[in-house]
Amino acid sequence: MLKYLLWPIALVALLLLPHGLSFSQQEILVFLTINVLLVSTYRLLTLTGEWSLGHVVIMGVGAYASALYTKEFGLFVPVSMLLGGITAALIAILLSFPLFRMKGFYFLIGSFAAGEIIRLLWKRFREPFGGPKGIKGIDPMPDFSIGIYDFDFFEPISYYYFAGTIVILCLWVLWRIEKSPVGLTFHAVHWQDKLAEASGVNLRAYRTLAFAIASGFAGIGGALMAHYVGTINPNSFDVEVMVFVLTWAIVGGTGTFYGPILGCVLLTVLNEIVLREMGFEQLRPLIYGAILIASILFLPNGLESIVQRLTRKEAKS
Amino acid sequence: MTNLLEVKDLTMRFGGLTAVDHLSFTVKHGEIHGLIGPNGAGKTTTFNMISGFYKPSGGQVLLRGEDISGLKMHEVARRGVVRTFQHSTLFAELTVMENALVGTHMPFRPNIFAAIVGWDKEDRRGAQARAMEALEFFGIDHLKHERAGDLSHGHQRALGLAVAYASHPDVMLLDEPFTGMNPEETRRMMDLMEKLSHEGITILIVEHDMQAIMGLCDTITCMSFGKFLAEGGPDEIRNHPDVIEAYLGGSRNVA
Repeated sequence: MLKYLLWPIALVALLLLPHGLSFSQQEILVFLTINVLLVSTYRLLTLTGEWSLGHVVIMGVGAYASALYTKEFGLFVPVSMLLGGITAALIAILLSFPLFRMKGFYFLIGSFAAGEIIRLLWKRFREPFGGPKGIKGIDPMPDFSIGIYDFDFFEPISYYYFAGTIVILCLWVLWRIEKSPVGLTFHAVHWQDKLAEASGVNLRAYRTLAFAIASGFAGIGGALMAHYVGTINPNSFDVEVMVFVLTWAIVGGTGTFYGPILGCVLLTVLNEIVLREMGFEQLRPLIYGAILIASILFLPNGLESIVQRLTRKEAKS
Repeated sequence: MTNLLEVKDLTMRFGGLTAVDHLSFTVKHGEIHGLIGPNGAGKTTTFNMISGFYKPSGGQVLLRGEDISGLKMHEVARRGVVRTFQHSTLFAELTVMENALVGTHMPFRPNIFAAIVGWDKEDRRGAQARAMEALEFFGIDHLKHERAGDLSHGHQRALGLAVAYASHPDVMLLDEPFTGMNPEETRRMMDLMEKLSHEGITILIVEHDMQAIMGLCDTITCMSFGKFLAEGGPDEIRNHPDVIEAYLGGSRNVA
């Protein structure tokens, strides 16, 4: 009974949520929605056991691509967002050739280097990337109406509904992939790649597949951001943002689908509500660092382990 | 019986060391073939070359006449040659059932688009059934919800075989399947292998346990210091002077 009510209630709560918030908090909510997608795609990448430091740059590839498609070719914004995601996935497939010659720590460093190269290319070439100043005046999402609700994209609430719908769709696809035999194969590649290979799994193909899917959806996230903010530059996707993503993933825990989302939401709420109220928001990197260390020491399996403990107790009693 | 797997002049050099030196033998269809030799004879290296884990420095591995040497491990596996590993190499974090499901990767190849839309229900059911069949075959179906890492040693070994068996192999390469087993477990494992053989699966075993090998194998190839030493049935090998010398030390110098 509760099971069937849970999703409609969650949906209504998500629909009502922005109406209880101030304008600036609504803006933060939009970013939070996009970040949830970003951190979930990052988890898909970690399913095969590889941790990347270039994920935010790949998201930026989606943002730049989508922005340029609308600017240069005048494409309809949602179409260019989709194409932005596809571009990010294609770039990831290209990068996989040098990167998947490496594993573990070397992959981590290699992905960082690859990300920096892309960022330097954006900075170096004023045509078409706009150089260090990036791209300004990106077309916003055009307003439209679905009868019961008029989308006015100057309002963060409207963009929150729009981005939220896309993010939920993407999360649903990611969830389907993880719960499918393909997802099981990702796990197999992670835990014992030699045995997986002996069972006929093409390791390179599956690592590349996970990398491409994660990058593609991250690219869609980047495109969502680009058309909301209206301006992007190489520094919007630097390593500091990557460290935030890593912190969300590690603090939340990457063992379950909801772990990273939990980490992202809680840390954002902590930062934006608690720290901002106290006037400490400039200390975000410091406090994130402290939280990261504390969670590695005291919660090595992340916040999800608390949820698992609670639900198990409930199942017993 | 026809030749299924043929090893021809197989050679592996690690720098200056020649681990396997022009080794040749053939495995016939449907038999249980043992590969024995003292420690360091190059048995496991030979195994790794056949399964595609190593690329041989020279020579050929022919499967039904096709050269498979130098192929990657998953390409060899897709041709029907599936290996198990020394020690209990399993997906320790996954459940027993999930382990067996990974084994069904080849007969029920996952398709990502079908998986998202939900058009692969039949494949998933088929994979479940095949995985269950493999677990039942090795008598561990009652453990299917356990984590593989929590199983006892004997059950882990059986699961390792079940993962390989789930993929419908023609040839199973078993790397020291009896290591660390007590006589009771060894006996049960021997029964399982007989059962596999009755299913028409050709088996190649690398093993130290002489009793198991002698009781199980149709043909035994003995190697020493990377070279072919002798081949024959269990009785021949047991009484072969070169084999006795290789295991018990050089009587040649004494005599």
